[in-house]
Amino acid sequence: MTATEAELEAWRGFHGVTWQQAVDVRAFIQANYKPYEGDDLFLAGPTERTRAVWGKVSALFPEERRRGILDADTVTPSSIASHRPGYIDRERELIVGLQTDAPLKRAIMPAGGLRMVENSLAAYGYKLDPSVKEIFTKYRKTHNDGVFDAYTPEIVAARRSGIVTGLPDAYGRGRIIGDYRRVPLYGVDRLLAAKRAELRSLDGGPATDAVIRDREELSEQLKALAELKEMAASYGHDVGRPAATAQEAIQWLYFAYLAAVKEQNGAAMSLGRTSTFIDVYLERDLAEGRITEERAQELVDDFVIKLRLVRFLRTPEYDQLFSGDPTWVTESIGGIGADGRALVTRTSFRYLQTLRNLGPAPEPNLTVFWSPRLPEPFKRFCAALSIETSAIQYESDELMRPRFGDDTAIACCVSAAPVGRQMQFFGARVNLAKTLLYAINGGRDERTGAQVGPAYPPVTGEVLDYEQVAAAFDRMMDWLAATYVDALNIIHYMHDKYAYERLEMALHDYPVKRTLACGIAGLSVTADGLSAIKHARVKVIRDETGLAVDYEVDGDYPAYGNNDDRADAIAVELVRSFMDKIRRHPAYRDAEHTQSVLTITSNVVYGKHTGNTPDGRRAGEPFAPGANPMNGRDRHGMIASALSVSKLPYDQALDGISLTNTVTPDGLGRTPEERVRNLVGVLDGYFDADGFHMNVNVLTRAVLLDAMEHPDRYPQLTIRVSGYAVNFVRLTSDQQRDVINRTFHGSL
Amino acid sequence: MNGVITSWDLSVGVDGPGTRFVLFTAGCPLRCQYCQNPETWRMRDGRQLTADEIMDEIGTYRRFISVAGGGVTISGGEPLLQPRFTAELLRRSHDSGLHTALDTSGLLGARATDAMLADTDLVLLDIKSFDPATYRRVTGGPVEPTLRFARRLAGLGRPTWVRFVLVPGLTDAVENVGALARFVASLGNVERVDVLPFHRMATGKYARLGLTFPLADVAPPDQALLDRVHRQFRVHGLATT
Repeated sequence: MTATEAELEAWRGFHGVTWQQAVDVRAFIQANYKPYEGDDLFLAGPTERTRAVWGKVSALFPEERRRGILDADTVTPSSIASHRPGYIDRERELIVGLQTDAPLKRAIMPAGGLRMVENSLAAYGYKLDPSVKEIFTKYRKTHNDGVFDAYTPEIVAARRSGIVTGLPDAYGRGRIIGDYRRVPLYGVDRLLAAKRAELRSLDGGPATDAVIRDREELSEQLKALAELKEMAASYGHDVGRPAATAQEAIQWLYFAYLAAVKEQNGAAMSLGRTSTFIDVYLERDLAEGRITEERAQELVDDFVIKLRLVRFLRTPEYDQLFSGDPTWVTESIGGIGADGRALVTRTSFRYLQTLRNLGPAPEPNLTVFWSPRLPEPFKRFCAALSIETSAIQYESDELMRPRFGDDTAIACCVSAAPVGRQMQFFGARVNLAKTLLYAINGGRDERTGAQVGPAYPPVTGEVLDYEQVAAAFDRMMDWLAATYVDALNIIHYMHDKYAYERLEMALHDYPVKRTLACGIAGLSVTADGLSAIKHARVKVIRDETGLAVDYEVDGDYPAYGNNDDRADAIAVELVRSFMDKIRRHPAYRDAEHTQSVLTITSNVVYGKHTGNTPDGRRAGEPFAPGANPMNGRDRHGMIASALSVSKLPYDQALDGISLTNTVTPDGLGRTPEERVRNLVGVLDGYFDADGFHMNVNVLTRAVLLDAMEHPDRYPQLTIRVSGYAVNFVRLTSDQQRDVINRTFHGSL
Repeated sequence: MNGVITSWDLSVGVDGPGTRFVLFTAGCPLRCQYCQNPETWRMRDGRQLTADEIMDEIGTYRRFISVAGGGVTISGGEPLLQPRFTAELLRRSHDSGLHTALDTSGLLGARATDAMLADTDLVLLDIKSFDPATYRRVTGGPVEPTLRFARRLAGLGRPTWVRFVLVPGLTDAVENVGALARFVASLGNVERVDVLPFHRMATGKYARLGLTFPLADVAPPDQALLDRVHRQFRVHGLATT
């Protein structure tokens, strides 16, 4: 393909040819990016303009927090070009575009599920327009309807009891990252041509189910790209051609992302890996004298302001489950390239600098791909920002790069995939601790006594016998895996059918690789329960119907989280064994099975729905988040605890393993400089030990307690939970207490 | 070789530089009023372990510590109450290439052999007061052995961090701090002085052990006092944290 005139202008000064001949953003980055090994002294602070725009939207947050939502459009089902242009401050904005015609005004997206839309609106005092309701009940079926038409009674019961939860069956599944960078680099016209060619490649073959579906999907993708042009045109921009300046590049990138969040209210709508891509444009503009460093930072700041405004309409119950209003606009920063050069650029610094210029915030979900080989000044900058803001998460570049390549991004919290080449079917998670109780009780629910799982013989005897429990548990996990994969297959079949991600998939290669991302919750409570049964004496207390409702632990047992193989090996085996069981069941569209050890913040709700457990945990008490050891049972400090987690095999949990650490400033050292150096050391050590993910909170309990009492004084207090961050003051009081009660690693 | 220990812990930036394996030996001849680890006072409350067992445990962190930066700290209790055990752990850790630190009150400094100190990369020396009367009031013991040990470390040129717990109304007298600062500055081997603000976080621990925390009613030092004490050390050219 020869370059058009617009392309020649847009690509002036760029190197490399392979990316010009076919869509290949990675090749473009590799041929053009300038690694930066210096420090943060070049960075610019916020300008008056930035302060004014951010001030204007910040002023809306208290009202939004008070009312739950600021406003909603109850009439217009949202699609890429459904709403008129919206602005924060038209004179001052550098990057434009909102999901609706006003900031923080939420859109309705009924294709995922009408009930979610209706209940959410009702909860905040709004009413869905009757004609929308009529359309989506009489004439147009939703994903949610489709799923419930196909669920088996067994799945419905498992879902109700809470042994399987968080399933994306009522709204968008999310976790699909379009390669939004393609829009600035190539312009939509070129992408349309490439998609048409993909569609043509299917001509002449037999019209099998798979081919028919692919043809329909590709046609939908073409329509979505055309709508993207239309939406951008309404803001006065022609994204048909490639971006010619940095401002255009960021604008085009944002339009592409905006199109996705206008049409999909996915559970997690992540951005990808954009900083080093954008850096190529910013550096070219700087070299051409088109912009100053101050303007470069302004553009990034303005972009991030937009990302901080992404909102979806959710029920209060959903917000409670996920501790606020998360959207998981995850941006992956840093890492090392296949050729050994770090993928750190000045714009990697500029993205992180937004935490200072705009203050800390949970979104975008800034995720640093850590490697001990990263340039030291960058590591120190990240560590310093973590200490200041608690807003960054770290994931192992050394584990991801060999498996996914060096153009990988995180969807949601910890799910890695090469950008534009792989998508996932998000599968939430099952409750392993409850499964252990079902095994002991022969499939009966420990809280209700109802028969939910198969009626296998319950475990008998006054004292639990390890071998007997292990065998019963293994069999119950077999049942759970089968039921769970069935549910996910149904969900994703229906989502593809009724709520297909046209735009996000238009920004993927064809054909695409798919994964079925399963997950487990309650790993530590289950491992400790099994360890207690094995190493101590666990007496069962049964009610009059024979249901085991409580346990008495007599003696000490090794607990997961102390770098003690006797307990850690149990956790490792649980991960391995459940993954094996998942793999035995065919996945929809031949997806590759994966799993995560991640709870989001549902560890609190899971705990509420789970009775007393054999480790001594009381009914209703929270689980530990993600792969964390249980609270207070990790008795040898943060490092021992983290090393237990690092033993979990990533190859058996390729959808990610989450660890959240909270440390007091004093627990990192006595001086600011020492703290930075020590945190860098801890991250180097953890990722060298094959740890996968670490949230770093640097906080004192006193600050959190004060914030509970005086939320108005802490509007931006951010804390990392599981694979994302939240505004502490937006957590429910239960969740706030859980955070405060969790282990703070510090000096005493 | 056996020793009696209370526990071990991995700490960051608290017990010497970087990430450290910290062994708390059991038993201490002093009874400092502000002690944060009353569970380490009596040797009979500890458990017996062999040096091999401890070294095996340290071994599981060797890689982490070498990548993160850090080392091994023998703390207590008072490690010099078990000088041979402590010496062996320091020697074996040091021989295996780990940075070693000894956290001691110095009261039993005479029990530390020159060979042991040669295996010690850093001494964390707690000088709880310079004034003998105050020292005795804080700890129940004499200050002279600690000062003697400090001078010996200076003579041997062992890198030392001095730690001073600042308790309002107890250790904060201007003359006491000033005299300590002059003494420390005269040594020449002290890399820094950690001014540790007194806190009451161990109150709960005391309650669980059926003990009363003697300083339960004392407030932590305020910023002005901390600033003054830091200045008192710094005017003598000492680095403080």
